[in-house]
Amino acid sequence: MSLVRLAPRIILLFLLVGFLASPESFDFAFKPLVQANAPAIYNQGDLAALTLLHVRMVFFATLLATVIAVALAILVTRPFGAEFLPLARAIVNIGQTFPPVAVLALAVPAMGFGNGPTLVALFLYALLPIFENTMTALTTVPRNIIDAAKGNGMTRSQIFRQIELPLSLPMIVGGIKISTVIGFGTATIGSTVAAKTLGEVIIAGLQSNNLAFILQGALLVAALAILVFDILSMLERSLTKWKAA
Amino acid sequence: MLRGLEKTGVLMGALILVATFALPFIVVKPNRILQGQGRSLIEGLPSVSGIALVAAMVIVAVCLLIRLPPLARLAIATAGLLAAILALGGAAHAGLPPGNTYARVSPGSGFWLLLFSLSLAFIDVVARLRLSPAARLLLLVIAATVIGGIFASGILADISVMKEYVNRSDAFWAEMSRHAMLALGSMLVAFLIGLPLGVISHRISWLRAAALNTLNILQTIPSIALFGLLILPLGWVAAHIPGAAAIGISGIGTAPAFVALVLYSLLPVVANTVAGLENVPREANDAARGAGMTDFQRLVSIEFPLTFPSLLAAIRIVLIQNIGMATIAALIGGGGMGVFVFQGLGQSAMDLVLLGALPTVAMSFVAAIVLDALVDFSRAPGSEVRAT
Amino acid sequence: MIDIQSVTKRYGGKAVVDSVSFAIPEGTIAVLVGTSGSGKTTLLRMINQLVSQDEGTILIGGEDTRNIPGHELRRRIGYAIQGHGLFPHRTVAENIATVPRLLKWEKSRIDARVAELLDLFQLDPAAFANRYPHQLSGGQQQRVGVARALAAEPKILLMDEPFGALDPVLRSKAQDELLAIQKRFGTTIVIVTHDINEAFHLGDTIAVMDKGRLLQYGRPIDLLKAPATSFVEGLVGTFDRPFRLLSLDTLAGIIEPGEADGEPIEENRTRQDALAALMWSGADTLPVVSDDGKPLGRVRLQTLLRQAARPQ
Ligand SMILES: Nc1ncnc2c1ncn2[C@@H]1O[C@H](COP(=O)(O)OP(=O)(O)OP(=O)(O)O)[C@@H](O)[C@H]1O
Ligand SMILES: [Mg+2]
Repeated sequence: MSLVRLAPRIILLFLLVGFLASPESFDFAFKPLVQANAPAIYNQGDLAALTLLHVRMVFFATLLATVIAVALAILVTRPFGAEFLPLARAIVNIGQTFPPVAVLALAVPAMGFGNGPTLVALFLYALLPIFENTMTALTTVPRNIIDAAKGNGMTRSQIFRQIELPLSLPMIVGGIKISTVIGFGTATIGSTVAAKTLGEVIIAGLQSNNLAFILQGALLVAALAILVFDILSMLERSLTKWKAA
Repeated sequence: MLRGLEKTGVLMGALILVATFALPFIVVKPNRILQGQGRSLIEGLPSVSGIALVAAMVIVAVCLLIRLPPLARLAIATAGLLAAILALGGAAHAGLPPGNTYARVSPGSGFWLLLFSLSLAFIDVVARLRLSPAARLLLLVIAATVIGGIFASGILADISVMKEYVNRSDAFWAEMSRHAMLALGSMLVAFLIGLPLGVISHRISWLRAAALNTLNILQTIPSIALFGLLILPLGWVAAHIPGAAAIGISGIGTAPAFVALVLYSLLPVVANTVAGLENVPREANDAARGAGMTDFQRLVSIEFPLTFPSLLAAIRIVLIQNIGMATIAALIGGGGMGVFVFQGLGQSAMDLVLLGALPTVAMSFVAAIVLDALVDFSRAPGSEVRAT
Repeated sequence: MIDIQSVTKRYGGKAVVDSVSFAIPEGTIAVLVGTSGSGKTTLLRMINQLVSQDEGTILIGGEDTRNIPGHELRRRIGYAIQGHGLFPHRTVAENIATVPRLLKWEKSRIDARVAELLDLFQLDPAAFANRYPHQLSGGQQQRVGVARALAAEPKILLMDEPFGALDPVLRSKAQDELLAIQKRFGTTIVIVTHDINEAFHLGDTIAVMDKGRLLQYGRPIDLLKAPATSFVEGLVGTFDRPFRLLSLDTLAGIIEPGEADGEPIEENRTRQDALAALMWSGADTLPVVSDDGKPLGRVRLQTLLRQAARPQ
């Protein structure tokens, strides 16, 4: 990637780290947004710690979702699980229409307030795009390539490991990318049911009418999402070097 | 032996059995806040009907295991669903202590799992039938009528959610229409802005990169934050622009929610417009130019009709996204079904949460099914001819 | 070597290969020709058991193919799939190395083999070994596909329209390469083509298929001499027949002593070439030389014309 395109990301990363290391030094930037006596920097908890919790939550939910979604997608695209394919497609289609707030709210009776419902919601939301992408990738490997692999004497598991999986990997990473970005946003909503995420900062801002808090929460989440998106995009590109010129 | 078995049926049958025997079908609570006590299907219903229903569920589970013609499976799943819902009504009626107006009956995890697994069976058949778009719409109308009928009949009147509804039916419909207005209205505005933006972006490549990048970054801002961030600018607009306050613009409430939804909707609209225009075959455009069409005529009579499916797909994305996000508007006083969800969460009254969440889910479903059908219609062979 | 015995394959009740029998001797090239959809690919894919027949038996070296595990059978048989079928995520070298790797050859042996094949197909290893398939032209892709099929030095090679994407010049060059390879390794080759000229040029034997049935199987000359059906007759071309007949043999055998004027022709060229040269120059005789240019005698127009007459 050229330096011109990389530069804004590096600056963003520096700003993010700098802000988390010493939020007070950015006081000047947020001061104009608040009334004279109101705090300009979030003061009801440690921003760096909340950021870490936020990232950790998204990471584990996405990781678990990746393992399960990929495994399920492989299952329904093998002859053994083929009967489940139409059902799986329908579930993915319908599941993605479920509003995040509804999932969160409906998980509360089962799991109580706190991180639980958010983890479930994040997990479910991450599951679908990864599952969908993996399923699509595995079912759209060109027929003649699989034929050629078979014709060259590969066994079924060799075809899967050497042909189908590598060809599908970029799209799987694409699914993980979508899931992670959605996850960073959804995790903030989790704070409405008392999850420990950056949503706390935003909600504190909404409650005390403090625009600076809202903005801090928003910028942190957006910066994280953009950086992770970029990293995964780079991974995706490196997996498709055979496609690029 | 295994050849005659339906693999998906094995999964659903197992779920149905677990739901029937191992989980509480209803939960009886002393009042709307307190924790309740679960009752299984057989305990929940008066003896004979309880046994009959358990037997019915076992039969349904077994039938799903066997390879049957799709229509038979459809009938079985439908019958199972209706039985489960009627049983819920009956169990609620039986579970309420007579004369006690505080006690509540909620559906238990057994009921939800039953509903889930039977719906899976239903969806499985429908998915395998590969119904035409028209048939899917017809099925939707029938299902909506039946469900509407069930609610109207009062069979479920003793369920706690329905009691919450009865207590605030006026507010319910007001928030419902506000929710729909937020979702649909913001979509409309997004199209009014996004379509021209998309058309121009398609022609000017630096603008396309700039617009799509900006809109992409906008998507990463969490919705609750964007709602909040718009409070200040809109408050300023209300205070300083004459007439703005008069048409309902203010810092808190519906206006920032509306604007936020528009902003989120722009990406799918612009991106799909650009993608749709890019997919117009070069030959079609060349032929139109060769026939002496002006740029504008080409846009209207060649490019738009060919971009139509892509735009419909954008409507689907936007509408579903908006229905979900409009729930959050309640956090900044914007109204919508989120009002009940957040009130319910605040009071720990889960039935109130359900009152807000279930209709939202239903709205999304209906929107998805209708728009999927429309997208299929617009892509069906021959439709291009009609559209041009 | 390959013995196909009343083989039938049905799709949805319809026989797309209908009780076909013929034998391909070791070290020869058999060409399958026929209209599109006549079952050529299906028949070819039954030889390496990518498709398993509903009826009949296929023996390879006397062994029933169904008694050999599919993937092992296919590692012994080279297969150039219709429309190259290269793995898009693997480089040219990796594509060619597919079967040797599956057979666990040593790395140095694989590298040497890949370089050898790239050379053979006139793809400069330095330029092409590390390219990905999408960076090649259609013709180059097809050549890599054939190279991949040849990589593990198979005794049998199945090729499905391997030269379809090549221009006429490259195509005839590729055909000559194939003949050279076949001579060198004694490979038994079954090749599918739509191009009847290619069939006559390459085939020791030709199998003509139509609607799943084998109409005729024999040497090219048999097809010309005694076409089994009017379909075969139409396929070999009524007008082209005499020229095709002449194309089957070289000049050796009809050289007469004597001298002639004009541009000499080499002994190993076909009789068709000689006739064309004579017709173009308007002469009656043509001098013939050996490969290294020694005069051998001459060939007469009259002799050629007699050779072009319907064989008895
Ligand atoms: N897997 C399959 N399922 C159903 N029908 C098939 C299948 N494979 C081939 N067929 C049918 O069998 C017939 C023969 O196909 P085949 O591919 O062998 O023809 P072909 O002679 O190779 O044609 P072409 O010259 O166009 O490649 C065709 O009608 C084809 O549609
Ligand atoms: Mg073919």
